[in-house]
Amino acid sequence: MLTVNGERHSIDVEPDSPLLWAIRDAIGLTGTKFGCGIAACGACTVLVDGKPVRSCMFPVSSAEGAAVTTIEGLAGGGALHPVQQAWIDQQVPQCGFCQSGIIMAVVALVAEHPRPTDADIDAGVTNICRCGTFARVRRAIHSLARE
Amino acid sequence: MRTWTRRAFIGAGTVAGGGFVLGVVGAALAPNRMTVRSDGGTQPGELNTWITVTPDSFVTVLVPHCEMGQGSQTALAMMAAEEMDADWTLVRVKEAPALAAYANEYVVRAFSGGTIPALVERGFDYGTYRIVRWFGLQVTGGSSAVRGTGVYGMAVAGAAAREMLVAAAAQRFGIPASECSAHGSRVTHRASGKSATFGELAAAAATLPVPSRPALKQPEQYSIRRTPRPRFDIPSKVDGRAIYGIDFKLPGMLYAAVEIAPVYGGSLVSVDSAPAEAMPGVKRVVRLREAVAVVADSFWHAHKALATLQPQFEEAGHGDVSSASIFAAFDRSLGAAAEMPAGAKTTITADYRVPFLAHATMEPMCCTAKVEGNRAEVWAGTQDPLNCRATAAKALGLAPEDVHVTNLLLGGGFGRRLPGNLDYIDLGARIAKAMSPAPVKMVWTRENDIQHDWYRPAAMARFAGALDAQGAPMSIRSRYAGGGDGESVFMPYAIADLSAKSGDAKHPVRTGPWRSVLNSQHGFFKESFVDELAHAAKKDPYAFRRDLLRDQPRFRAVLDAAAAMAKWNEPLPEREGRGIAVTACFGSIVAEVAHVVVSPDGKLRVKSMFAAVDCGDVVNPDSAAAQAEGGIIFGLSAALVGEITIAQGRVVQRNFNDYLMIRLADAPEIRVQFIPSNARPGGLGEPCVPVVAPAVANAIFAATGIRVRDLPFKSHDLAVSPTSTSGRSIS
Repeated sequence: MLTVNGERHSIDVEPDSPLLWAIRDAIGLTGTKFGCGIAACGACTVLVDGKPVRSCMFPVSSAEGAAVTTIEGLAGGGALHPVQQAWIDQQVPQCGFCQSGIIMAVVALVAEHPRPTDADIDAGVTNICRCGTFARVRRAIHSLARE
Repeated sequence: MRTWTRRAFIGAGTVAGGGFVLGVVGAALAPNRMTVRSDGGTQPGELNTWITVTPDSFVTVLVPHCEMGQGSQTALAMMAAEEMDADWTLVRVKEAPALAAYANEYVVRAFSGGTIPALVERGFDYGTYRIVRWFGLQVTGGSSAVRGTGVYGMAVAGAAAREMLVAAAAQRFGIPASECSAHGSRVTHRASGKSATFGELAAAAATLPVPSRPALKQPEQYSIRRTPRPRFDIPSKVDGRAIYGIDFKLPGMLYAAVEIAPVYGGSLVSVDSAPAEAMPGVKRVVRLREAVAVVADSFWHAHKALATLQPQFEEAGHGDVSSASIFAAFDRSLGAAAEMPAGAKTTITADYRVPFLAHATMEPMCCTAKVEGNRAEVWAGTQDPLNCRATAAKALGLAPEDVHVTNLLLGGGFGRRLPGNLDYIDLGARIAKAMSPAPVKMVWTRENDIQHDWYRPAAMARFAGALDAQGAPMSIRSRYAGGGDGESVFMPYAIADLSAKSGDAKHPVRTGPWRSVLNSQHGFFKESFVDELAHAAKKDPYAFRRDLLRDQPRFRAVLDAAAAMAKWNEPLPEREGRGIAVTACFGSIVAEVAHVVVSPDGKLRVKSMFAAVDCGDVVNPDSAAAQAEGGIIFGLSAALVGEITIAQGRVVQRNFNDYLMIRLADAPEIRVQFIPSNARPGGLGEPCVPVVAPAVANAIFAATGIRVRDLPFKSHDLAVSPTSTSGRSIS
């Protein structure tokens, strides 16, 4: 039994299956991306009880009983999460493939550091973005702190 | 280009519900004659640009280019909407399907640049048009969308649509068209105040004659172009809605994981499939010429089962190839450095090397295909849907007409998904054929992706240069191996004797276009060497270049702007330095200044990058800046840490733990300034890449006195007390 974005799912996967593939293939939420399979790029980042994890190496069995949040679960009540809105305002994504993971990492970062310093951002957002959106990622995070 | 091309048609017609559709047809079959069509012209290879106006006044622009984050779909719609005088909030884009009707001849024309003399232009276009038809290109690459499709297609289509809508309004009001004007998707008669919306006029407009030479706006009249407009593709990329190739699903779909011959060209010799076939969820082990695939009910099952296989591959005779053997062959092919003029006061020589690089798009290659009898469907992200269709058809032994391709969003392209590189479509189609009629999604792992790329070619160059007694350069001659062309070796400098010759050596590593193609290698070579020549002349590298650009005002303008942004002449602390470089490619000229800091123990930090860009007119300034920022980061990853090496015929690197790229913490402050010029629009996806490596190399020299002549910089010791100045001699 897996709880994703507040919904309980009964899924048939082996306990060692990574959470990523359970979310994508068994539950069918494809906003969480596969990038490397070795927890190096962060494209698969989701929140497990509010903490960012790289789901491509996180066994699905470890998420049992926890609350998993994916990019699809961020917006609520018809409104985007402030991080998502900042991403639109600053026109951050290019190809966009890594952005779900970056947004999830940033949601966790600003939950812990509402006004993150550049050093906090450097330490909290270690995802790879091949299109090179880093300057806008930083700008968007700082814009959140100003609001 | 302010007049309508003579080789194009415009076709118009009605759509269901009383709307208006207008298509610009690319190349005419009768190239000497202007032809106007009254229907929707459907000759294969002709249609390129479509604008639809529906009764609700929405304007939909059908774009023949894929969106991979470069923003060209939005920019192209802006170009059409500008000429239409449409209300931007009522404009939408749609990507054209993979049909020959959308083959983009404009792309080839954009590649040809603006330098073709008018007299031969017609013949040239007609010739390339035939080539395009033959190849069936529907390409997004070569930084071509705006400068090709936009200039020749979208703007003209928009202008024609406006003239027809204005004419329809004039008829309705019973007044001359000259007294009406369009604004905000509405045509108004100034004197009487009568007005009608585009939607109200659409049905009537569709019945009117199509103007043969619609008048285009002057840039001063622009109200949509040159202002930042949010990209259409962004909202779906922040909430998980966007569907990339890897996200596509069909009922009953199976999943494939693959292992491919580690040496390119090798084939599968044997594999014991029994262990994998006993694993949960596995449907079949599929043997292919160069690969083995496990097909299962989930990707994880396929992936796990694949790991139990021990396939044996042969090596196609390339098992002894290594990076060292390739560079040794390059070295031999270059021969001795070129002779320098007898009257030279100073001569210098230098060798430069750059490694192979992977594209490493964030989305690994993947392809979903379904084969049923003599028909097939393919769903994938490619930079060329039409070529994707041809590739799949060939793999399946079908006619292209029997293959339907749906292009999905691309998680990065950078050249990896261009025609010629569509091996993942070929492989995915063959796996699906083996599993017919079940649909199969083949997903590559990152290891597949890094080890089976079409790599940025490794290259080497040997330069010689001469200065006269006054320190003025007399000669730069180079030989290179690993590929080059006229654009990539071009130097804009006023130096009497400039030459670059190829001394090629072949190798079996497969290579392909990589963001900025050959310019990423040659930009580093030539702009590093010019810097070395400046230092040999004991001149400031910026002033040295500036003087040599006296006949090249556009180059000089970007050079000056980049230097000014970077405060070139302000002193810096010890072990900090600035480096400058300038190159032109894909119709744009870019100068960049890198500001680096090198710690005493040799740690390199690129603190800032300043870019001045002349790409003619800028359509969407904010997304143009994003392309420049992204190009700089892409170039920095290559210069600082990027390296693919070959050993025993195989790619050594496997994943993001050993094929490295810079991350947010390493990313410098980036400032971009566009320098307006009256030149025709240049590309933006690529031109900011090639200048990065030489700007940083030149900055490292300024900071440390160490001249780095081979990439990446991470391989070099930049600590105090430099030991390496190899590869250069001053006589």
